[in-house]
Amino acid sequence: MLEIRGLHASAGDTEILKGIDLTVEAGEVHAVMGPNGSGKSTLALVLAGHPAYKVTGGTVRLDGQDLLDLEPEERAQAGVFLAFQYPVEIAGVTNAYFLRAAYNALRKVRGQEELDPIDFLELLEEKLKLVGWGPEIMQRAVNSGFSGGEKKRNEILQMAVLEPRLAILDETDSGLDIDALRIVADGVNALRRPDRATVVVTHYQRLLNFIIPDFVHVLVDGRIVRSGGKDLALELEAKGYEWLTGEPEPQPA
Amino acid sequence: MADRGTGTATGVSARVAEGQRGRGAVGGLAGWTLPADRLGSRRRAALESFTATGFPTAKQEDWRFTPVTPIAMREWQVDGGEEGKRGRGEVGTDELAQLRFGADWHTLVFVDGEFRADLSHRPVLPAGVTVEPLGEALARDPELVERWFARIASSEVTPFSALNAAFARDGAVVRVAAGIEVPEPIQLLFVATPGSEGRAIQTRTILVIEPGARAQFIESYSAVGDATWFTNAVTEVRVGEQAWVEHTRIQRESRRAYHIGLTSVHQERDSHYRSFTLTAGGAIARHDLQARLAGENVETLLYGLYLGEGEQVVDNHTVIFHDHPSCRSWEVYKGILDGNSHAVFNGKVFVKPEAQKTDAKQTNRNLLLSAGARVDTKPQLEIFADDVKCTHGATVGRIDEIAYFYLQSRGISRGEAQRILTYAFAAEVVDEVASAPVREGLDRMVQARLGTRM
Repeated sequence: MLEIRGLHASAGDTEILKGIDLTVEAGEVHAVMGPNGSGKSTLALVLAGHPAYKVTGGTVRLDGQDLLDLEPEERAQAGVFLAFQYPVEIAGVTNAYFLRAAYNALRKVRGQEELDPIDFLELLEEKLKLVGWGPEIMQRAVNSGFSGGEKKRNEILQMAVLEPRLAILDETDSGLDIDALRIVADGVNALRRPDRATVVVTHYQRLLNFIIPDFVHVLVDGRIVRSGGKDLALELEAKGYEWLTGEPEPQPA
Repeated sequence: MADRGTGTATGVSARVAEGQRGRGAVGGLAGWTLPADRLGSRRRAALESFTATGFPTAKQEDWRFTPVTPIAMREWQVDGGEEGKRGRGEVGTDELAQLRFGADWHTLVFVDGEFRADLSHRPVLPAGVTVEPLGEALARDPELVERWFARIASSEVTPFSALNAAFARDGAVVRVAAGIEVPEPIQLLFVATPGSEGRAIQTRTILVIEPGARAQFIESYSAVGDATWFTNAVTEVRVGEQAWVEHTRIQRESRRAYHIGLTSVHQERDSHYRSFTLTAGGAIARHDLQARLAGENVETLLYGLYLGEGEQVVDNHTVIFHDHPSCRSWEVYKGILDGNSHAVFNGKVFVKPEAQKTDAKQTNRNLLLSAGARVDTKPQLEIFADDVKCTHGATVGRIDEIAYFYLQSRGISRGEAQRILTYAFAAEVVDEVASAPVREGLDRMVQARLGTRM
């Protein structure tokens, strides 16, 4: 479903991705792990079309379609969803409006009729249950004044509403306590389908106790240095990234 | 005592010529006559004041960015009493419905500067509340008008204020007696039509809210059709002790029109005045809002939203006079500029030496949507007291690329993302309007202008 071949990407003059090859088939969950600065978040952002990164080489295809040629909204319309590490706050726009605008944008592309606010609210009720929220969250401004955990839950809610073919979770576990982590993971698991795929980008093995991956890839300095099954994550947890990088991991400042 | 109205065409012209040798030009006032009413002496004094200064020029700091030359150099027609009465402007019922916020609220409608009883809606008001056109008020309660006309917005405030005091023939006069609460907003709708092509429309509105009273006002300047006219509107607001007032001013005139507006507010102790100013129309639109905090423990909240596009010039000047201790002023003006529009914001705050414990905050934020749009923003705080909290901040920026990306990553096109994020920027200040139906009406107006459907 997703084929990444020889992907190179830079931010400014700094090359961050130095030749990524990755194939993800429908129904699979892949975890991309790596130390700080390895490029794992960059990979997630490049797939979604983040404007700060420039692709300097390689190809990315989703169901045979060249993703790199598409605008971010066209990628979303093709079925890509990125759960942000730092979701953006939009004071002045309600969650309800934002989600409906997104949902209807996708329906429009598929030639379906737009849902009016009443019908949309009905659809939402079921999705809200998935993240353990009541309807009052929909009248709050998008992520505005949300706690870190609430923002991540909101990302999962958006994902539940938009039902992407390829969901990319960019360090969705960072800053979450164990209860929030469980809610987020339950949401992701509930959305698993044989025709959908998930790429989980994470620093820690912790999230993978809840979202069991089929494959684990370790990214070091812009390249995948090792791939394996779910046990690779446990091995990493036990041995640390030093095991693969050969040097102690730089601590965040 | 009533004066005779005596201004004549020749008298005015002579003074005009004299004025032209002085500072600014005074333009084509030839043929203008002073209204013949009880306010004659005050009108003559105002005309003296105007002819002494003439129209402001770009050399004056307060008018540096407002090109008034197109106003000053043109021969505007003006009502000259009965013989000058023009044909009535057409405003349809549907069109009027679009301009109203509440169909059942007490509403005075003025078309092309003239009160229209046939379009107004005047249900019974609580005892002690009067809402009348200027002529009616002069006939029924001349003392009230004489007491307040051109007192708060005196002729010294701006040359346009003087010009208006001399020539304004109509407008609204509202009195809310002490302790009375008016349950619903009072609407004052000033509508211009293509019948005003080439004309000066001058109205003066007086709002007197007595001690302990509560009232809400919508003052709206709008257009039915496009033409070039010159609106010179002045509003004087007196807020008595412990009174509470919400005042919403909307300007959505023709894109070919010139609009100069002045709102002067006088607040007595323990009063609360909050305003929301929406500026969306006009080729050149200028609004001056001046609030004098004339007693202790006054609260003044000034919110504004201005939307410019095409070649529009949108200028907001605000002045807050902190004359007494323990007052709070809170000001937030936001602008959204597209095309080649030019916005000006000037916010003055004066804190007198005796105004200790003043708490004043001013914010001006601008969003540029195009390469051609520009903003000149100037906070001006002059503080002569030492135990005060005064802050200000001004920003001019564009929509954050990361915010665009967030919306686009959800399948929303860049164009739609711009509309949503622009609306969000505006909604933050519209949300500050206290009255829910007024807030919702403003929200609909802003959405219609920005092309969103929330």
